Amino acid sequence: MLALDRVSKTYPNGVQALARFSAEIRQGEIVAIIGGSGCGKSTLLRAIAGLDRASSGTVTLDNESISSPHAKIGIIFQEPRLLPWLSVADNIGFGLADLPTAERRERVARALERVGLAEKAQAWPRELSGGQAQRVAIARALVPQPEVLLLDEPFSALDAFTRRDLQDHLLDLWADARPTLILVTHDVDEAVVLADRVLVMRPRPGRLFDQIEINLGRPRDRNSPLFENFKRSVLTSLDRSLDRSVPDRDATQGPGQAMWW
Amino acid sequence: MISDAPVLQQASEPAENVAAPSRLSRYARPLLGILLPLMLALGWELLVWLGWSNGRLVPPPSRIFATIAELARSGELVRHITATLWRVALGFAFGVVAGTLLGAISGYWSLARRLLDPTVQALRAIPSLAWVPLFILWLGIFETSKVVLIAVGVFFPVYLGVMGAVLSVDRKIVEVGRTFRLSGPAMIRRILLPAVLPAYVVSLRVGLGLGWMFVVAAELIGASEGLGYLLLDGQQLGKPAQILAAIVIFAILGKLTDWLIEVAAAPFLRWQDAFVRAKGA
Ligand SMILES: Nc1ncnc2c1ncn2[C@@H]1O[C@H](COP(=O)(O)OP(=O)(O)OP(=O)(O)O)[C@@H](O)[C@H]1O
Ligand SMILES: [Mg+2]
Repeated sequence: MLALDRVSKTYPNGVQALARFSAEIRQGEIVAIIGGSGCGKSTLLRAIAGLDRASSGTVTLDNESISSPHAKIGIIFQEPRLLPWLSVADNIGFGLADLPTAERRERVARALERVGLAEKAQAWPRELSGGQAQRVAIARALVPQPEVLLLDEPFSALDAFTRRDLQDHLLDLWADARPTLILVTHDVDEAVVLADRVLVMRPRPGRLFDQIEINLGRPRDRNSPLFENFKRSVLTSLDRSLDRSVPDRDATQGPGQAMWW
Repeated sequence: MISDAPVLQQASEPAENVAAPSRLSRYARPLLGILLPLMLALGWELLVWLGWSNGRLVPPPSRIFATIAELARSGELVRHITATLWRVALGFAFGVVAGTLLGAISGYWSLARRLLDPTVQALRAIPSLAWVPLFILWLGIFETSKVVLIAVGVFFPVYLGVMGAVLSVDRKIVEVGRTFRLSGPAMIRRILLPAVLPAYVVSLRVGLGLGWMFVVAAELIGASEGLGYLLLDGQQLGKPAQILAAIVIFAILGKLTDWLIEVAAAPFLRWQDAFVRAKGA
């Protein structure tokens, strides 16, 4: 389980990006984080990844406190961030340097197969389309078999069609080993398609505003009325989060209280 | 990495088709570049042959080649070339080592950069040839002062190139290294070195160019052998063909050594090379 306990972050320039964010995320759960621009979503994800340190509060994964990048936690950024001097296959195997060559090859080959890029194994990253590159980034993050995978708006730079394709793809890959997924997104549709639970954040300072459980089976039908309902409730909550006249619900104390709504 | 995978065979086929036209232009393009000097040389040869010019001050190509051939036959040529090459090699080696070390240190540690860089920049502002009298006083007229002068010329572009390259490594890619928990040395080997390499090769080539420039300066100042000595000797004895012969050899050697760097670096820059070529096509 991943536990966030009153995580706060104040940047050196005085911006309070995150205030007392608490949440508990079950192993294998898919959580979407949504909220207005600048409400601290990336800051939160970077704290979980151990890339930046929280000013106060703790992030713990299975009772282990996280303060620097951890083997069990992978991250995918908005851009693929592939290493241009490595072939696609070597990029995917980047995090497996400690494994014996044979096993590394075997896992890379399987991952390539899994993301449908087997014939691109020896291509250079610059020869890939945006969607292909992001698939390589997903494979690179998944191949060390993390328990938690963080995604910061991973599909936002892609066109709608490719985005859908990759969302389905991500779910497919997730089903293999069922890591915990924490996905930051601006796209309500994406949140409802993927997530078991949507966390809505509110800005200045960034904090948890609301949580919405998406009780829908998979695969989800984007056109079903139920799907539309969930979308609408996420949208409503998002609107309320940006409306300053709506008072804070006491959501920072933990998940329990906010769920009855 | 998994070059034995069967799927790859399909992939290599279209790749070859794509490569074919660019391979053609790869050989055709240098030939285009040779065209102009070749025409000029032939034209000049013709003018002298027709008697429109006596070619005394500007000897025709045939006379330049005859001079080179004669120098080669007497063994003089090898002696001069060896002397010059040796100086350039030593100076280049020292300059590159110092420039790389200090440049990397300045790029990597901001404290070192604050301490070191202003001084280096101030020294760089001095025209390097101004050091010559001092070097001669300190180190004598013989090899040491020449090699040091060349090393100074090579040092600055390498230092600047390395420092700039390290400073401009993409922070986002360094972050990828961090998420995979690379140790310091691994980060340098797997992220920083490859990221810096293209700029480094460029700075080496610039440095080498300056090395050739400075070897001429050093040898003109006082030498009993070397291509620069041939230049000076040709001037004092009024042998323009010998001067031009030395110049031609300088050009050939300069181009050749530059090409050596390019070829040595090519395997490591394949990921980038094709990009440049595609843009040029
Ligand atoms: N390195 C930094 N130094 C100072 N302030 C920062 C830094 N990074 C982010 N901030 C500030 O912290 C706040 C939260 O930023 P963050 O990037 O976490 O927002 P976000 O929710 O990811 O926004 P977006 O949806 O636009 O990506 C913003 O006000 C931002 O200006
Ligand atoms: Mg962000």
